[in-house]
Amino acid sequence: MTVKTMADYFAEGKQPEVLFWVGSAGSYDDRAKKITKAFVKILNKANVEFAVLGTEESSTGDAAKRAGNEFLFQMQAMMNIEVLNGYEVKKIVTCDPHSFNTLKNEYPSLGGNYEVFHHTQFIQNLINEGRLEINDTTLKGKRITFHDPCYLGRANEVYESPRDLIRRLGVDLKEMKRNKSSALCCGAGGAQMFKEPEKGDMDINILRTKDALETNPNIIATGCPYCNTMMTDGIKFNEKEDQVLVKDIAELIAEANNL
Amino acid sequence: MEYLPNIIFALALFAGIGFFVNNIKKLSRNIKLGKDVDRNDNKSERFKNMAKIALGQSKMVKRPLSGFLHIIVYVGFIIINIEVLEIVLDGLLGTHRLFQPILGEAFYGFLIGTFEILAVLVLLAVIVFWLRRNVSNIKRFLSAEMKGWAKNDGNYILYFEVVLMTLFLTMNATDTSFQEAGVGNVLSQYLVPLFDGFSAETIHTIERTAWWIHILGILVFLNYLYYSKHLHILLAFPNTYFANLKPKGQFNNLASVTNEVKLMMDPDADPYAMPEEGAEETTPDKFGASDVTDLNWVQLLNAYTCTECGRCTSSCPANLTGKKLSPRKIMMDTRDRLEEVGRNIDANKGEFKDDGKQLLNDYITPEELWACTSCNACVEECPVNIDPLSIIMDMRRYLVMEESAAPQELNMMMTNVENNGAMWQYSQQDRLNWAKED
Repeated sequence: MTVKTMADYFAEGKQPEVLFWVGSAGSYDDRAKKITKAFVKILNKANVEFAVLGTEESSTGDAAKRAGNEFLFQMQAMMNIEVLNGYEVKKIVTCDPHSFNTLKNEYPSLGGNYEVFHHTQFIQNLINEGRLEINDTTLKGKRITFHDPCYLGRANEVYESPRDLIRRLGVDLKEMKRNKSSALCCGAGGAQMFKEPEKGDMDINILRTKDALETNPNIIATGCPYCNTMMTDGIKFNEKEDQVLVKDIAELIAEANNL
Repeated sequence: MEYLPNIIFALALFAGIGFFVNNIKKLSRNIKLGKDVDRNDNKSERFKNMAKIALGQSKMVKRPLSGFLHIIVYVGFIIINIEVLEIVLDGLLGTHRLFQPILGEAFYGFLIGTFEILAVLVLLAVIVFWLRRNVSNIKRFLSAEMKGWAKNDGNYILYFEVVLMTLFLTMNATDTSFQEAGVGNVLSQYLVPLFDGFSAETIHTIERTAWWIHILGILVFLNYLYYSKHLHILLAFPNTYFANLKPKGQFNNLASVTNEVKLMMDPDADPYAMPEEGAEETTPDKFGASDVTDLNWVQLLNAYTCTECGRCTSSCPANLTGKKLSPRKIMMDTRDRLEEVGRNIDANKGEFKDDGKQLLNDYITPEELWACTSCNACVEECPVNIDPLSIIMDMRRYLVMEESAAPQELNMMMTNVENNGAMWQYSQQDRLNWAKED
């Protein structure tokens, strides 16, 4: 696994092809770190010259903004923009739909203009350009259902890139009854990830896991580290962790290629 | 005396339209209490949205049964209005079926025949709607906010339509010369036997009575709109036109905050700077919204446009799992409070007198606001592009930035972001540790 930072490239007087925005979950959360590493393996395999900000990266401010703290969000945004613009970053890829949405939509009016990709879009491009192949061996014939992350799907209308990648794995893609624009949230968005839910009769991730289990899947695929946590917890709640796996699409692609 | 009916008709029409215009003025005044927001860009896309979503009902049919029935009532409503034009002219001029000779017997017959078929279809659709609201256990019609006036309002509208359609058919069935001509009475002819044995005079009286009640009913209905959820038949058009065109995930960046943050981050800024000589003393903006006047006018237009169908609430993950949040209630509360503020202004000679109430707490509780996952399901579902999420976000901003009233765990999360640039308590120096682990 080769990971270089923007500072490394800068010292060499070079500019990488793309900046990989790892995000806070992808940097610190044990489960999400596996997604980060799977994606890095894919980038390495496709010989993509990418860099991370490393210790110069800071929270995009998405969670703070959605919790209502516009001050903190804009402070974070302006700090990050200063770093990104300092390195003359043009192109960003991230595995986190929340970072994707914030960088793509909310940074421009504060002075940060970048071309931003979700990792499923980026991998799709790599395949279309002939830089990456999927040599599927292990997943053929498995039943997979895809849970649309709100900030990728409804928020930015990216529905096809993740599905295209899943179909390329030669698996049986089964849609949940609520999918694409009508998909149900996993319960983590809007800063819910960081607080206890309000009083109700069920947790949202339990309801969404029910949707997923109705398709009788071998694997629940996601494209968001927070959705991954919520769905994994839902599967544990149902005591199905021996039968149903929750995986990010990057992990599935890396696995299919024995990376 | 010969012109007495014409005069009475003209007076009724004048009063009906006069009251309506007055209501519309009040409505417009209330909407303008909202803050400014620019929604005049991309005119062609806006027109396209209005044509597709309001005129073309494209989002209604996502739920096929109610969408299909709604289109029947909607088409019926629009097309039967052509007949209302004739009725108004007949009433003013003292003529009878003015368009018949102008349009020619065959074409006029075709039109009226179409209206009759539509009228019966509307009746059938309205019956199904009534059953759905009152007999079937459809969850979105049974929510807490749908008790009392909200429930009655929905039913009154249906009764109105039944009465109007029945009067229209009765009026045609008892119009002897129209029935004798036998063109266009495709369905009303089957009602004629009901009036067998009545004298010609009685039948004429019934026809006149039905005619009068029908048009007076329409004028009353027109004025009922302002007090009802039924305003959507008018406001769906401007509402879809002025709706947000940006990606749903993009929340606005508060400009008032940007100014302060820039000043804070500017190394050359003088922290002890005095305001420049002659500079206007401006009271700083309130951050976020605690009352309707802190919202923008599109959000207020949204509130008046909402017809309380509840598709938003039935797709809300928080509501589906038993939390108090209901996006429909957010819209209904906003409208109720706005109406209250409007009445306050009317009662105090054009000026709002503090009534010790506001949208936050008195209508919408923090518990509702904090249950939102910002997933945009409600925004996606709304058949007329209402955005309840933007109101929830503006109110959260008030809670956090003006009152520091976030839930404790969120305060901890925000402190972490402030101190170490992550939502958890990890050092920024450890951000790249994953690359060294295996």
